Amino acid sequence: MVDQDTPPRRARLASTGARAAVETVFGEQPRGDKVSGLVFRSLMMLALAMALVMLVSLIIYSAWRGWGRLDLDMITEKPSRIRPERAGYGPALLGSLYMILGVIVLVVPIGVGAAVYLEEYAKRDRWYNRLIELNIQNLAGVPSIVFGILGLAFIARGPIGLGLVVATGSITLTLLVLPTVIIAAREAIRAVPPSIREGSLALGATQWQTISRQVLPAAAPGILTGVILAVARAMGEAAPLLLVGAAGFTPFLPLLFDGQYSALPVQIYRNAVEPREEFQTLAFAGVILMLVVLLAMNSFAVWLRNRYERRW
Amino acid sequence: MTTRVNEAGDVSRPSLKASSPRYGEKLIKAFLFVCAGLSVLVTTAIVISLLVPTVDFFTEVSITEFLFGTEWRPGRGTQTSYGVLPIVVGTLNITLIALVVAIPVGLLSAFYLSEYANPRLRKIVKPVLEVLAGIPTVAIGLFALYFLKPFFADLLPWVDLDGLFSQGVAGIAVGLMIVPLVASVAEDAMRAVPPGLREGAYALGATKLRVSLKVVFPAAISGIVAACVLAASRAIGETMVVLIAAGASPKLIGPWEFGESVLTMTAYIGRTATGDIATGTITYKTIFAVGALLFVMTLIMNLISIRLVRRFREVYE
Repeated sequence: MVDQDTPPRRARLASTGARAAVETVFGEQPRGDKVSGLVFRSLMMLALAMALVMLVSLIIYSAWRGWGRLDLDMITEKPSRIRPERAGYGPALLGSLYMILGVIVLVVPIGVGAAVYLEEYAKRDRWYNRLIELNIQNLAGVPSIVFGILGLAFIARGPIGLGLVVATGSITLTLLVLPTVIIAAREAIRAVPPSIREGSLALGATQWQTISRQVLPAAAPGILTGVILAVARAMGEAAPLLLVGAAGFTPFLPLLFDGQYSALPVQIYRNAVEPREEFQTLAFAGVILMLVVLLAMNSFAVWLRNRYERRW
Repeated sequence: MTTRVNEAGDVSRPSLKASSPRYGEKLIKAFLFVCAGLSVLVTTAIVISLLVPTVDFFTEVSITEFLFGTEWRPGRGTQTSYGVLPIVVGTLNITLIALVVAIPVGLLSAFYLSEYANPRLRKIVKPVLEVLAGIPTVAIGLFALYFLKPFFADLLPWVDLDGLFSQGVAGIAVGLMIVPLVASVAEDAMRAVPPGLREGAYALGATKLRVSLKVVFPAAISGIVAACVLAASRAIGETMVVLIAAGASPKLIGPWEFGESVLTMTAYIGRTATGDIATGTITYKTIFAVGALLFVMTLIMNLISIRLVRRFREVYE
């Protein structure tokens, strides 16, 4: 019998030989590299663990502090400076709800309209289109309290002069989240492949027919996700509302264009800085309520994105 | 489409003009342009609403006193003083402490997400950062005041943390708040680095750590710097956390005085400008002067970061 050198064995021999050659020529990785790689890995883990621990401890601590007041009174009752143990967030919740509805009604047409213009119509070499683009990017980074100043000087008083009412708060929050909505909607529209548009145009559809019947339906999930995230942000925002009149401890239910109003995050802040322990309990209960609503909205947005995200 | 023969008998091509003028289409385009143009209007309105009272303010207080004065005692009474320096320094202290926390944590998270994490882990880590980004700042402020401050007082017994408020704790809370922002912008920059660069380095025998630090990091540097500048801008403009946890005493101190309370520009505005403040008083105008300064500071940083982000996009796209 001839000793048969079967092909697999030959291949194995060859690769072993090659590995040995590489190892002798290039040597092993220096020990220092192994150690520093390990250190870097543990630093990254530490950083991520910090973020995670912070998030979990915030939620657990708030739940622990607010547990005593997680009852129905917290949702329905009026705020009170005198009897915190029976007070609640009724008018503030309603004020927040009104403002959020206002934000949705205003921000969806304006935000999507602006995004459609910038993605579908605007010629990028025109100076005014470049100005609009730069302006939106910058506006997204303007501090929220500056929007509060704008709301106070321009919408509550000054040229528009609505007064310190729910509508003022709603418009202020709309302007605050408008850039975020525009940026998200633009990304969703850009993700629709050009072939869809070209097919529609080739069949004789006008540009607007193409946009309204092909592009927008295809981009809708992405746009909706952006809108939900923006609205969630508007709901948790307190700083600009401090300036446009969201008062603490308002016992009245809000009206759109008349009378005092309050908002959930503002009432939480007002409760939190009161010295008595019961107020703090109520504040943390409010935080839990707000976190539950926001987490529900955020997870819905993430679910929506994963469910309807289309790969073209 | 068929060629038509006109009365004179010569052949003409079919017209490529639309059969109707489509006024509706033009109207829609005009409406959409107005929507987009509204944002420019908003910026203009911000500038006007800040500028007019600020100019008015400077007729009563000199610009040099405002910018270089070291005492901030606005309001009525005889002892008033309008030196903005203490509250600017307070703002910068908070920002610096926040960046010391946010930049390492955010960049390490970005390296992990972009270079190390497998898709399964990414799916867990990313939502955690997104949820952290979505937590209202009021909640973070409460957490800082009632949990983090006592926690740090126990953890660092040699640091004087006896007061209720502390710039250090407020700064750390702001830092944790902006971690997701740093991580997501930096990660975008790192993922935009073409795989060919990494593969080339691996082929030359580089370890993962060297690829991350010596190839990806320099290649993504403009985006990483943009992330840091953007984070600084966000920290300067943050209101609720500092309003709740940093206190209200305008002091000219360094960021190393961890346990001291400071007043920041945003906290001053938020504290003073509760809706019913009387128009036309000097206190009312200080809000706008401080707001204008805040706007200019963040505007410069935003423009820098926008330019840097554009640069890394241009290089690799």
